[in-house]
Amino acid sequence: MNIFLQQIVNGLVQGSVYALVALGYTMVYGILGLINFAHGEVVMVGAMLSLSSLGLLLGWDVSPLLALPLSVIIAMVGCMALGYGIERVAYRPLRHAPRLAPLITAIGISILLQNLAMMIWGRGYHPFPVLFANTTHSFAGAIISDVQIAIVVLAVLIMAGLMTVVHHTRLGRSMRAVAENQHAAQLMGVDINRVISLTFMLGSALAAIAGLMVSANYGLAHYYMGFLLGLKAFTAAVLGGIGNLRGAMLGGLLLGLIESLGAGYIGDLTGGFLGSNYQDVFAFFVLIAVLVFRPSGLLGERIAERA
Amino acid sequence: MQNALKNPRLLLWLMFAALVLLPFITDALLGRGWVRIVDFAMLYIMLALGLNIVVGYAGLLDLGYIAFFAVGAYCYALTGSPHLALAFPTLFPDGIHLSFLIVLPLAALLAGGFGVLLGAPTLRLRGDYLAIVTLGFGEIIRIFLNNLNAPLNLTNGPQGISRIDPISVAGVSLNSTQNILGITLPSVHLYFYLFLACTALVVLISHRLERSRIGRAWMAIREDEIAATAMGINTRNLKLLAFAMGAMFGGMSGALFAGFQGFVSPESFSLMESVMVLCMVVLGGMGNITGVILGGIVLALLPEILRHSVVPIQQSLFGKTLIDPESLRMLLFGFALIVVMLYRPAGLWPSRLRRRELQTDEAAETI
Repeated sequence: MNIFLQQIVNGLVQGSVYALVALGYTMVYGILGLINFAHGEVVMVGAMLSLSSLGLLLGWDVSPLLALPLSVIIAMVGCMALGYGIERVAYRPLRHAPRLAPLITAIGISILLQNLAMMIWGRGYHPFPVLFANTTHSFAGAIISDVQIAIVVLAVLIMAGLMTVVHHTRLGRSMRAVAENQHAAQLMGVDINRVISLTFMLGSALAAIAGLMVSANYGLAHYYMGFLLGLKAFTAAVLGGIGNLRGAMLGGLLLGLIESLGAGYIGDLTGGFLGSNYQDVFAFFVLIAVLVFRPSGLLGERIAERA
Repeated sequence: MQNALKNPRLLLWLMFAALVLLPFITDALLGRGWVRIVDFAMLYIMLALGLNIVVGYAGLLDLGYIAFFAVGAYCYALTGSPHLALAFPTLFPDGIHLSFLIVLPLAALLAGGFGVLLGAPTLRLRGDYLAIVTLGFGEIIRIFLNNLNAPLNLTNGPQGISRIDPISVAGVSLNSTQNILGITLPSVHLYFYLFLACTALVVLISHRLERSRIGRAWMAIREDEIAATAMGINTRNLKLLAFAMGAMFGGMSGALFAGFQGFVSPESFSLMESVMVLCMVVLGGMGNITGVILGGIVLALLPEILRHSVVPIQQSLFGKTLIDPESLRMLLFGFALIVVMLYRPAGLWPSRLRRRELQTDEAAETI
């Protein structure tokens, strides 16, 4: 088995999930200039909602082929409502307040969601049901499963769809206009509040899908999964240049690769002193390094591109 | 009586007397367990006052503050327990066991060093980036504490370090009952007085800093960094100083915590603890010492009050416990953060300056 190639495969799978979540951060940042701290929890709620509805549907003997898309839709609708609610409650009243204020309300929302989820779904791990035979393929010495292929393909399709929405629809045009200059956009007749709400909903829908992907990839979900995932996705967004859609995708994939390669080789590099249990540290070091050496991120300058 | 209350010196003496008597009153009314809770509240107040320097004065949102508490706690734990003998059997056959009076400043300095370490790469960052980086820093420290048990057992991993020496001052161990002038002082009372002295020191330093050139420079940076730079303030050094000062208080509090508890583990230094200290500062009133102390007292006692009230109330109402006090506490925290920011952004007891700053743009224009 080729370890290097295997880590690349794992990194790409993980990276596509990061990219989807990072898009949510970057879209909101592009438009409002604030970090939606509660976004990670939306991913968690998405995972939990899809798992619960999947379990319910399978319990009613719905065929897995129908149950899976249905549960995705339920999770997306739930998360979109949640994203809309978060914006209305925590961000809109504070749009002209100092920067510290919306950040603190976002932390509040995050804690609230985490504990509500813990009360609803419990502290335990929720297993992802086996829907189809998950066959694995051997590919030049690396192993990739059907689920992993599906994750990457789906992520690419969704990102392509998002780019189309942002660049070729009326909504996308108003999003770019609001990102460019809120007041000017308002004068041109763009309903800012509507655009911001829709941006939050779009990001939350992506988060719901990402949540389902994570739980399918690891085979489980729990109430605390959103925190670390959100943090890493944010790192990915910063790495690519926050506010830049392509940057978020690139940053997500890169971070996934860095993490899996780092975890795979840290033992050899440090002579066995540090093991793969330090995997979670990489994202933070990447974050700090990017912010120190290139705060605008890899694709940060192309401001006209951001949505 | 009216005049007596207006006399600040007399008021101060009255407060002092009340604080000295506090452990005895608590002991008599609520029992010894509550004196211990009051001791922990003092530690939290120290932490909140430290964070107040960073968040309240300098306006830098630090979400990893508990890491400095951890640094201080592990500093005391490593130097005050036989644990180091496991890692370096030849060098320290039974640990170092330094005197508390050496370890306390050492822990504060070490934490201050970590504060500079964190501050240096984040100086150029704006508020929200800073929040995330500090959050990541807090997690890094926790991950290292959790994993530095192999191949060299430095922190003993998730099990934590136990058998830490109790704090002893001038040869008197605080883990014993002392008789002074015919008054019996149990261990928790002794710790209370030590913590009281340390908190008083922190309050004094904070108060003096607030009125000093440095304090005014911090507030200038908080209000408008560009304008502050234009006025000739060295924002880089002053921000670093804010981080270092805040971290030092955190480290000091951590060392006291380790000695008081006799045991430390990474579990005590989770993100939620950082958030809780932040809540104390935000709810109490950023930048206002009295407000922060008030926030510290309320939030440190809240879990205990909930523990003693929530379960019995639910039992009598529904016959079973629906919400455990721990999650109810976190729910209340989250809720309180949102509500306070929306309706009372300057906190329960705001400082005058901070209140003015936190008003919305439109309101500020009319002034």
